[in-house]
Amino acid sequence: MNATRLEADLALRQRLEDLYADYVHAIDDDRLEDWPGFFVASGVYRIATRENRDLGLPLNLMYCDGRGMMEDRVAALRTANIYEPHVYNHAVSALRVTENETGTIRARSNFSILRTVNGGETSVYACGRTYDEIVEEQGLLRFRERLVVLDSRQIDTLLAIPI
Amino acid sequence: MQTQEPAAPFVWPFEDASRAPFQVYTDAAIYAREQERLFRGPVWNFLCLECEIPNPGDYKTTFVGDAPIIVARAQDGSVNALVNRCAHKGALVCFKQRGNAPEFNCVYHNWTYDLTGALTGVAFRKGVGGKGGLDADFDFSAHGLERLRVETYGQMIFGTFSQETPPFRDYIGAELCANIDRVFVKPLKVLGYHSQILPNNWKLYAENNKDSYHASLLHVFHNTFGVVRPNMGGGVKISPNGWHHLSYTVRNADSDDAVGREKVRSLKESYKLHDARMMEHRLELGDLTTNAIQTVFPTLVVQQILNALAVRQIVPKGVDRTELVWTILGFADDDAQMQELRLQVNNLVGPAGLISMEDGCVGGWVQQAAKADPQAMTVMPMGGRGVEASEGSRVTEAAVRGFWRGWRALMGV
Repeated sequence: MNATRLEADLALRQRLEDLYADYVHAIDDDRLEDWPGFFVASGVYRIATRENRDLGLPLNLMYCDGRGMMEDRVAALRTANIYEPHVYNHAVSALRVTENETGTIRARSNFSILRTVNGGETSVYACGRTYDEIVEEQGLLRFRERLVVLDSRQIDTLLAIPI
Repeated sequence: MQTQEPAAPFVWPFEDASRAPFQVYTDAAIYAREQERLFRGPVWNFLCLECEIPNPGDYKTTFVGDAPIIVARAQDGSVNALVNRCAHKGALVCFKQRGNAPEFNCVYHNWTYDLTGALTGVAFRKGVGGKGGLDADFDFSAHGLERLRVETYGQMIFGTFSQETPPFRDYIGAELCANIDRVFVKPLKVLGYHSQILPNNWKLYAENNKDSYHASLLHVFHNTFGVVRPNMGGGVKISPNGWHHLSYTVRNADSDDAVGREKVRSLKESYKLHDARMMEHRLELGDLTTNAIQTVFPTLVVQQILNALAVRQIVPKGVDRTELVWTILGFADDDAQMQELRLQVNNLVGPAGLISMEDGCVGGWVQQAAKADPQAMTVMPMGGRGVEASEGSRVTEAAVRGFWRGWRALMGV
């Protein structure tokens, strides 16, 4: 690998690190209205479970096809859905670019989430992996597709806030 | 030294089932009695679907109350439900969720059972070098896996420990069988699974499903976004003994498929929903029913919400913990478009469901508050004190009272 290529890869990696950090900060800081903006307008967001993926089953826990559905999800959380106030604390690790050709970046990462309910008990809420497709749009990196695969099929109580 | 007084036997504290003491959700002795009287009593417990174990050797593990169960299809095609506990030392014979196997081997001491649960092999049965091993009179036939009686209805496999349980059709009655026949009208396929750990006693979720009164009050997604079709009819059907129910909504006959979609679309413009695809309903069951929530006492829910079909199994995990297992369904002949529609509609239901997520937490709130006053009682006055069906209105707690009738009958209280 020549020096220019290495430099470009490192620069991309830094931009991706920032993207992933900005994404989880928006969610963890309860700026959910910013969440759809991390996707292109036709972006697809899915939360699935490892069990279903391993069995080749298509079901998702959450499925937004396009930014409009993401905005609807956020609006529902703000105005319609009822649940105890809680915050996530995402830890993202093992970010790896798996493909970087023809304008599309594919990357995967691991995550775990600590959830604190009502300012009280903190517990491990979820862990899993993300499989992402990222494109550059108006100088910004955005998700064209984000597949979140939970290791467990069991959701503690409910799943309201996106991951 | 003080001696512990034996606990007084539980007595139902009210003259009918329109009150229930909080103790039923918090008392470990009652939970233990439920295992014996209710889950091992004359009830049909949902085990799995036929399409999950289509071939000989296919198996799936599940629970009836606390009892771990294997459901297996034998070489002759018969379905067998076995307690998943080795007759030797009690280890799980099968620790995988599903699979295909010619027989079951307990890994602890390699005792082997066939797919009907019969003991077929014991390691070192003749000992080693003429020493050890089984006595000559050891009876293999007396040491199989405990078997449940099995019946299949509507592509669903049920099991019972009791010899007294009537045939399934008589158990829930013809009127409620009709809804299963209506919904599971073609061969089913599984689209996926998920589960929810509910921080409450299993009965709080069982009641929640029978409580048609709470739906529009707790789950306000429809109202908030104006995606309610006008003139919706419906009602509540209840089996004569009160145990099982069906709560359903029928949309107005003039809002056929295209018009119904149009209404959603126009509402979308005037309210805030950007994308109403998840609210679309393709009529596929030959009627205008939009929602049908059916319970089979004690722990099964059969669901049709628009095109979202599912069975929900309530699995008790201790007095204050419940696993709710969702099996999300489609029909085997669904085309790609239909499958996509079902995946969209499933945004409404499940652990992250826009119209169902509240059910995950509301039981926990009762559980937290119930603990302090086991003798205090919940009040269920809506729609009288009986278990009568209700046509045209779902503002009734009759089906919840029916649940308690069934529970009291089986618990002998």
